[in-house]
Amino acid sequence: MKHRLLAIPLLLAGLNLSLSALADEFNADDLKRWQAGFMSTVKSGEKLFHGGINNPNTMSCDQCHPNAANTHPETYPKFQQQLGKVAVLGEMINWCIRNPLKGKPLALDSDDMAALQAYITWERRGVALAPGKH
Amino acid sequence: MSKYSRRDFLRKASVLAAAGTLPISLVEVAFGESHPKNFTFAFISDSHITQTKGNNFVENWDRGLRRSVAECNLLDPRPDFIIYGGDIAQLGKPEEIDHGLDILAGLRGDVRYVMGEHDYYLDLGSHWRKRLGPERYSFDHKDVHFVVLNSILTYPEWTHKQWDGGMQRMLQMARLDNPHGSPFMVGDEQRQWLQADLAKIDKATPVVVFSHSPIQKIYKGWNFWTDDAEQVQALLKPFDKATVIYGHVHQIQYNQIDNISFHAVMATAWPWPYPSTYKQAESHLAKLTVPMNRADPFFERDATGWQFIDMHSGNVDLRYVLPGNTSRRVAFDEEAGRPMDTRYQGAMARIPPRNHY
Repeated sequence: MKHRLLAIPLLLAGLNLSLSALADEFNADDLKRWQAGFMSTVKSGEKLFHGGINNPNTMSCDQCHPNAANTHPETYPKFQQQLGKVAVLGEMINWCIRNPLKGKPLALDSDDMAALQAYITWERRGVALAPGKH
Repeated sequence: MSKYSRRDFLRKASVLAAAGTLPISLVEVAFGESHPKNFTFAFISDSHITQTKGNNFVENWDRGLRRSVAECNLLDPRPDFIIYGGDIAQLGKPEEIDHGLDILAGLRGDVRYVMGEHDYYLDLGSHWRKRLGPERYSFDHKDVHFVVLNSILTYPEWTHKQWDGGMQRMLQMARLDNPHGSPFMVGDEQRQWLQADLAKIDKATPVVVFSHSPIQKIYKGWNFWTDDAEQVQALLKPFDKATVIYGHVHQIQYNQIDNISFHAVMATAWPWPYPSTYKQAESHLAKLTVPMNRADPFFERDATGWQFIDMHSGNVDLRYVLPGNTSRRVAFDEEAGRPMDTRYQGAMARIPPRNHY
């Protein structure tokens, strides 16, 4: 270990490279691309949230949660008193899909679940985290 | 007691017990203690009956409306009439309007209807009108002048856009948070009608207006809004006492602007969050409103309901009975000159609330 640490400055000096060339470098274009990738997922989430989830009750999330209001993603995980355990936001999304919508729950690691959470959280941006809050 | 009458008794008993815990709003228009002209009426609104397929409808919304009808029929003394505040249907389909009216047919007493945007934007109100008649009218009852407005009209450029059929227009208007929606309005033509209607009325006569949207500006993003609200308010200004009762917002709201008291009613279908919970935009709910508790989604009727209204002294005293919560009564306070929650108005008088956030 010691040898390796000593070796780094020697190597740098020897190769005469700038430090930044070895860091995980990204520029403004990268940031723009990644943000666009995130926002396109937010957009898919918005579509799912507004009638994009097939369900026999023909309901949509925004019927009760316009702009995803009153979903308070910043409070999860929290002790969900009605379930008697600590739940993550995705479990509550599935509760809504199963009960009012009478639909099939999503896998917690599915693309649709990621999109719904991206949209819900995006609409709540700027609010301080408050895990566990009721 | 025979098997059948016992079952019948039990059924009735359970309905009565439920009534004590349900969201009831009764309106009283009062002219002073035990004045012979005091009367009550009931108000049911926003049932959003939704057809899923053929003869199937979303059961939750059917249950909310059925319950309000059953409870309303238990009111004693009987209300003089019942107002339905709009949005019988979710997507304005004849099947939905007809199914909602079939349930409402169980009401004992005369019902008068207000047009909601969910009843209107599929066929511009034609089926609703065929079943219920004109959407703007006035009537007098025991020295109070009542006016019903269609306040969910919007700019003709939006209404008559090149839509891909009426259903596309309906779906756009049905989305509350639609950034491509269009603000509600009463409109020039209807305001002229209102002006002419009110011209005949003595300024000491209490006036009560029923509209679907608030005739005030709370939050444009969700159409908790009427674009020409100020112009309608100006027509009510010459009266000693004016009240506007509206649906659409699915929550308790009340306000006082000059001589005009404003009251919102609950939905029988589902509650909406207060606009202040949406952090990306500013909204303007009246500060004097003590908000209702955040609903428990695990209890499907929580924060839904209907109301009965006492009219006394020409003012409105609106009662909400809320399932799982203490009943609320919002009455006109003569001294303060505005509607007040009779129990929870003061910050210190409030129980620990389940806040909306």
